[in-house]
Amino acid sequence: MDNILSILVFFPAVAGLLGFVVDKESARAYGITVAAIEFLLSLWLWFSFDMGNAGMQFVELIPLIPDMGISYYLGVDGISLFILIMTTLMTLIGMASMGETKNIKNMIVTLLFLEMTMVGVFVALDAIIFYLFWELSLVPMLYIIGAWGGPLRIYASIKFFLYTFTGSLIMLVGMLFVAYIYHNLTGVWSFAITDWYALVLPVDYQLWLFAAFFVGFAIKVPMFPFHTWIPYAHGQAPTIGSVILAAVLLKMGTYGFVRFSLPMFPDASVMAITPIAVLAIIMVIYTAMIAYAQKDMKQVIAYSSVSHMGIIMLGLFAMNAEGLSGSVFQMLSHGIVSGALFMLVGMIYERRHTKLLSEFGGLAAVMPKFAVIFGVMLMASVGLPLTIGFVGEFLVLLGFYHVSPVITVLAGTSIILGAIYMLRVMKLVFFGPLDNEENKKLKDLNARETWSLIPLVAIVIWLGVYPKPVLQPIDNSVKSLLVFMEGKARTDEAKDMIKTAKTSTSIQEAK
Amino acid sequence: MLEPIHVSLESLNLITLAPMLIAIAGGLIILILDLINGKLHKSLYVMMTILILFIDFGAVLGLNVNERGFFDVMLIDGISIISQLMIIGGSMIFIPLALTSKRFHEYSYPEFFALFLFMIAGFQFMVATDNLILIFVGIETASLALYTLIALHNRSNSYEAAVKYFTMGALAAAFFAMGSAVVYALTGSIELYKVAEVMATRLNETGLMIAIFGSSVLLLVAFSFKLSLFPFHTWAPDVYEGASAPLAGYMSVIPKIAAFVVSIRLFGMYIDLGVEWVRIVILVMAVLTMTLANIMALVQNDVKRMLAYSSISHAGFIMAALALDTTEGNTAIFLYYALFMFTNLGAFAMLWISRHKKRRFDKRYDHPYEKFAGLVQIMPMGAVVMGIFMLSLAGVPPFSVFWGKIYVMQAAVNAGYIWLAIVMALNSAIAAYYYLKLVVYMFLKDPVKDVDIVYYNISKPLMVIIGFATVATVAAIFYVQPLVSYLYYMISASGY
Repeated sequence: MDNILSILVFFPAVAGLLGFVVDKESARAYGITVAAIEFLLSLWLWFSFDMGNAGMQFVELIPLIPDMGISYYLGVDGISLFILIMTTLMTLIGMASMGETKNIKNMIVTLLFLEMTMVGVFVALDAIIFYLFWELSLVPMLYIIGAWGGPLRIYASIKFFLYTFTGSLIMLVGMLFVAYIYHNLTGVWSFAITDWYALVLPVDYQLWLFAAFFVGFAIKVPMFPFHTWIPYAHGQAPTIGSVILAAVLLKMGTYGFVRFSLPMFPDASVMAITPIAVLAIIMVIYTAMIAYAQKDMKQVIAYSSVSHMGIIMLGLFAMNAEGLSGSVFQMLSHGIVSGALFMLVGMIYERRHTKLLSEFGGLAAVMPKFAVIFGVMLMASVGLPLTIGFVGEFLVLLGFYHVSPVITVLAGTSIILGAIYMLRVMKLVFFGPLDNEENKKLKDLNARETWSLIPLVAIVIWLGVYPKPVLQPIDNSVKSLLVFMEGKARTDEAKDMIKTAKTSTSIQEAK
Repeated sequence: MLEPIHVSLESLNLITLAPMLIAIAGGLIILILDLINGKLHKSLYVMMTILILFIDFGAVLGLNVNERGFFDVMLIDGISIISQLMIIGGSMIFIPLALTSKRFHEYSYPEFFALFLFMIAGFQFMVATDNLILIFVGIETASLALYTLIALHNRSNSYEAAVKYFTMGALAAAFFAMGSAVVYALTGSIELYKVAEVMATRLNETGLMIAIFGSSVLLLVAFSFKLSLFPFHTWAPDVYEGASAPLAGYMSVIPKIAAFVVSIRLFGMYIDLGVEWVRIVILVMAVLTMTLANIMALVQNDVKRMLAYSSISHAGFIMAALALDTTEGNTAIFLYYALFMFTNLGAFAMLWISRHKKRRFDKRYDHPYEKFAGLVQIMPMGAVVMGIFMLSLAGVPPFSVFWGKIYVMQAAVNAGYIWLAIVMALNSAIAAYYYLKLVVYMFLKDPVKDVDIVYYNISKPLMVIIGFATVATVAAIFYVQPLVSYLYYMISASGY
């Protein structure tokens, strides 16, 4: 099946359309089955993926609007493959663990459409098709937050939509300008990203374009100071909304940096290392501090998720194989861990209808299974060795150490700060006296909840102990990306930056 | 003694007049039918109108590109053919909206349909000539018919709208006449290709530049009225509000296409001659139009007024493309309107099906936002369709207006106006808010009055039209390519 990517993109959409016909009572089972099939398809993609090949695979190219240079162009490489699998996995598990009962059919249909757009973003190789899925993903999310959210849901959903929409329109202008330059140089219109990679742009153009793309991606990540929409979105969204938002939608931003900014504007990227590193450090430390001050459990997770996105950003701009691979790996681990944490918070919220830390205490006694799973995820979030969180975080820090030891040390505080606010949550919720009467009657996780979380626990530990099957293909693609960037860079600084980083890795490999 | 004038019939090339004559004859046929039998149902007139437009469409398709006819007054070039096709096509979508389930005053008169056809003939004259007098005649024929069509919607604010439009339109016509007079005084010609020739040879004369300045200001004012550009846009929301919803949707597209064609001919000529400040004035007006109309649309309480302001903003968007004066810019105008037409007419048709005889939700407005609150629970398909129209207008891909938007923005970037593309992008972001507001009302709020039905006026023909508009909006990605290549070919063939 060479066109498996198209199937992956359109299967959920078709299933969503047909889902309108399915009876309300059976909608959940329908959704879970469809998501499971989609997940199996993505696993199949993994098994038929050629690990030795660092380039794009399963490429499909159909010209759609040749006069404007727009074509239906899909492909997958080591970087997008695992984000794609993570997307289908988290949709499946999110759907399986979902406690929502109101308007369940609409929710299932919306989620299936959302899955289409998310898969589409990660496999699109044409900028306009990428943009199409990118923008389209806002609509289902708007509906999920707006229809099933908390009291401020409408404000939160509009803020989410407008923020991202504005940023991506600026990015669209950037895309149009790249296409214009491409047309000037070659006489052909093309929005294919792989065609754009061939462009060697003057440094000032690179800087402007980098800025345009940065606005689009940074809002999505969300980078400080564009992060203000996310506390509202997470605070008001239903559990499933937060899970998908944290696990997948935020990754679109960081993935955009890998797919567009780094290979297309290598010189500008090298120049942007310091500013972005500073923003990332602010993200890491500042949001960690905010997380510590939160009274609401979900907000702690939300800010910790932003804090960890800072580490991912730092890794992307390390310009070496460790940093980038670690960063991509951290995207996966962040997706799984923060998704799981949001699910766990959602489960306790369904039982107690509050998320306030002060309402809880001593839950370990009444909900042992919940406490264990929460503990594992919390440790993974902090970055304890032998969990999935450690691998990515360690690699990122290792990679960025070549760039700037000082910043790396500052970023390293994320592990300490993370431990502080996370262990505070642990302490307040699970330990101490069980003094609230209502908490004494709490039921532990039921079978559905347990079985939707156990796969995530298994992955957290499996990839923490033995990350190689995932890390190897990522590393291949990342290395070819770096070689490409070095070849393309125009300024000596950029060449040196990318080169020194590379030699240092080969030295380490030799050791 | 003067020589007798000999004119051979072949040299007149009367076929260039055929499309307008078909529309006029069709209007007369409808009037004659009414004379013979006064009790015919409106559905007959609607179908007759569609059939006449069908023949008209065929006649336009049969024209050859780049021909002149009728004492060289008629000019059949690429843009005149594509604009006529769009005018007729849009009218064919519009006219079945008369077949509502409730009875409305204006459609019981066959004159409505006759006037409608005369109006189309007027638009066709406007676009199929470069003679300033014939353009004037076309504008006036079309406008007078249109004023009457608005007033026929038998309501106090329809009369207000018609009178307002009439006064403003008369003023604009006066400006146009004065501007043309100045052009004639300068060049001794009223045919634009001759005007351009004369002006090109005399551009270095300072006195002439001042006169050109004067004439183009007058003409710009006239067309700013017609295109509802800032600061001459103030009539538009009131007129749209007073007119029936489909007619408002029609006015936001078809007359503007005709006016844009004339603008391309007039202002394109000025810009080509190197009168750079015309370009600057148009750009400034375009930017102000899209921005201010967007901001005004944000604070509207009525969906119809919001759509009116949004149409003004879209017109500003397209006006900016005109200032580029490149083939791509001109293609963008037509592509944008072709795509915008379906969506906007669809959106207004959705208002039309929810029109009540009496205002039940608000004292002042027909279509307050509250009316659409919780529409997804009352009428799920209607809410989804309206939601798609709103997202399309906001420029969310892959719906139709998005492709128009990126084409305009690409044209701006290609012409070196990156700041313009950024302004357009930011404006789209502002606009997203008020389109989203309706989506939020429809999907995320609860119905205000669950006792009342919203889809009051629906009927099968209306559903067909809305369904067609929806398909055209959603499936745009599949027909943009042939559309762009056809438009680009026709426009470059006529040298714009």
